[in-house]
Amino acid sequence: MTTCTNNNIEAIKAQQPDLNNLVPFTGANTTTPYLNDPVAKHTRKLCQTIEEAIKKCELRDGMTISFHHAFREGDKVINKVIETISNMGIKDLTLASSSLLSCNTPLIQHIKNGVVTQIYTSGMRGELADAISHGLMEKPVHIHSHGGRVKLIQSGEINIDVAFLAVSTTDEMGNANGVSGKSQCGSLGYAMVDAQFAKKVVLLTEDFVTYPNNPASIRQDQVDYIVKIDEVGDPTKISVGAARITSNPRELMIARYAADVIEHSGYFKDGFSIQTGSGASSTAATRFLENRMRDKNITASFALGGITASIVDLHEKGLVKRLLDTQSFDGTAGQSLGRNKDHIEVSTNVYANPASKGASVDELDIVILSALEIDLNFNVNVLTGSDGVMRGASGGHCDTATGANLTIIVAPLIRSRIPTLIEKVTTVVTPGESVDVLVTDHGIAVNPNRPEVAERLIAAGLPVMKIEDLYQRAISLTGKPMPIEFEDKIVGIVRYRDGSVIDVVRQVKD
Amino acid sequence: MKKLRRSMLFLPAANAAMLSTSFVYKPDSIMFDLEDAVSIKEKDAARLLVAQTLQLPIYKESGIETVVRINALNTPFGLKDLEAVVRAGVDVVRLPMTNSAEDIHELEQHVERIEKECGRPVGSTKLMAAIESALGVVNAVSIAKSSPRLIGIALAAFDYLVDMQTERGDGTELFYARCAVLHAARVAKIDAFDVVYSNVNDDAGFLNEVNLAKKLGFNGKSLINPRQIELLHNAYAPTAEEVEYSKKVVEAAEEGEKAGLGVISLNGKMIDAPIIARARTIIELAAVSGVRKAI
Repeated sequence: MTTCTNNNIEAIKAQQPDLNNLVPFTGANTTTPYLNDPVAKHTRKLCQTIEEAIKKCELRDGMTISFHHAFREGDKVINKVIETISNMGIKDLTLASSSLLSCNTPLIQHIKNGVVTQIYTSGMRGELADAISHGLMEKPVHIHSHGGRVKLIQSGEINIDVAFLAVSTTDEMGNANGVSGKSQCGSLGYAMVDAQFAKKVVLLTEDFVTYPNNPASIRQDQVDYIVKIDEVGDPTKISVGAARITSNPRELMIARYAADVIEHSGYFKDGFSIQTGSGASSTAATRFLENRMRDKNITASFALGGITASIVDLHEKGLVKRLLDTQSFDGTAGQSLGRNKDHIEVSTNVYANPASKGASVDELDIVILSALEIDLNFNVNVLTGSDGVMRGASGGHCDTATGANLTIIVAPLIRSRIPTLIEKVTTVVTPGESVDVLVTDHGIAVNPNRPEVAERLIAAGLPVMKIEDLYQRAISLTGKPMPIEFEDKIVGIVRYRDGSVIDVVRQVKD
Repeated sequence: MKKLRRSMLFLPAANAAMLSTSFVYKPDSIMFDLEDAVSIKEKDAARLLVAQTLQLPIYKESGIETVVRINALNTPFGLKDLEAVVRAGVDVVRLPMTNSAEDIHELEQHVERIEKECGRPVGSTKLMAAIESALGVVNAVSIAKSSPRLIGIALAAFDYLVDMQTERGDGTELFYARCAVLHAARVAKIDAFDVVYSNVNDDAGFLNEVNLAKKLGFNGKSLINPRQIELLHNAYAPTAEEVEYSKKVVEAAEEGEKAGLGVISLNGKMIDAPIIARARTIIELAAVSGVRKAI
């Protein structure tokens, strides 16, 4: 056996002083000792418990941990891991989950006991959001868009030490996906980013499959440790809440108007592309597009984003050629991703990061998005409710709104007795300059900077009104809402997709 | 063109959110229900809500006819309902369980008195009668002819079928009543409304019944869910072919008139006055409702 001795190293250094970091060979598996052990070779990444994985990752006070939210309200991982961390006595963590939902209420106690002291998220709902809006945390929460999150990770502001990623199956090396096994969430678009950037990656899986697992949304070269747990998530709860299917006549009517707007917008051409955001009317608009596409013999080149059963239906009928899926919004979409070759999984970096070398949102023709509030300047709030409490998420809203050629906001003009269209939104998430058309149950308003779109919609006989007139309509029915009272304390910082601060959320006055 | 009354949307009058914005669904008529849809303890609140809603300028501007189903006059609520809604400017008062012409006469005496008291032009409050019993069906002609204020009669199936000791089925059970009510309406030259279809999730079943009602000759149908409005309007809309043919009929008629022809023919078929009148109606209807689409 020929080996490079210390003498050789000294000789190299003498002749080439720049090469002073070279080390001599000391054996085939000096850096890969597990290859000497026929068992460890296959089991080196496996941990018996979450605690074991946390210890091996050397998670310490002050570090940053991350999660994905592809199981949405059905997630079983975030609360469980943080509880384990809490039991281990680790504190002062930054939590960088791609989003948080109502199911994350148990985090309140871990904020109170100092385990989590800072949060980056796309949004939050339920009791956690309510508590944070009322001043639970010392440091404000950073609210980012899906694309903006990747930029914050790339820039190092979100510096993930350990990513804990739920998957439905993996092999022993960490090739993992969300489209096989029992609890499938479909696309792992968020998790793909964390797997790429985190210093340590821990997979939490329900099932092991034979090597190599295919597809590998998360690859073996990205994964440090793997823990098998009983349940990573409940797929039936993915479509609860924001991603629900509606039979509400008002939401369906708005959806039909949105389809009318698309048909007559000038962008409804063969090969067009579309995204429908979460929210009942937005999702339902898809079903009204089918007949219009057939009548005009039009097919779409791709649909992007949160993919729903109704988009999958159009795909399987040949009306949408390809689906680019960063989050599967229901079980049907998740199964389709596993089954249909033109249903393609994309990371949120590919989906929407403004700093990536190519974001799919830039290719979008049409996006339909919802709103909690919209104002006379077309600014949109998808984060705070009319009481000032956070109850939504930035999501891909501002990413797609600026990327798409035609951005349509769908919302009822009035929710119960509260107008959705107001003078000034409580929180700006998406700037009005990115918004083209507002579709409500009372009429349609077009941003004055898109006169050509307004002309086309009027010519088609659609009920186009000035946004000021729609506002007057709302106020005539509800009266003018009292302003919300806030404290000075900032509880949320709203980051635009480029990382800049577009607005802040202040603590709600009790 | 004559006022279209294809869709009459029922709204429970105690639901303020529905009352304030349901005009957006654009039914031909909205019926605020103070009777069966409102519990006893909410009767007063619902009456106030309806009175307020009727005065919203937006309802007037929307062009939707407002109808209120009051409680029967022999209940403690009926007359109070009538007092409130006539004063608030309702277009049409719907009387439930109309069994005879006398029921309408009693109602219109009260309406006339209230109109005089509040300064509303006498006769401006229209009426409609709901036929909900065997007796009402048998008396349909005299009911339909009982008052110049009557704009229509409606068949209501639930109580009628209890009275007839049967239940909803394939439509056979309502066949006589539908025909009787419809003939009475046509004799009196007023409108006729078919029953509600209560399974709101069965679009196909709903459309079957709409097509039956349309074929028999009903002007429209009572509806309990806004989702049914577009389906109904679309089913009542003429097809593109019908509109095309009607235009040719009208053209031929106009040319024939110019040429002084007594008998006009189109594609070798004679067209007479009823065909020309029907063609004109179809063209007018298409102007309002558009042509039938695949939904």
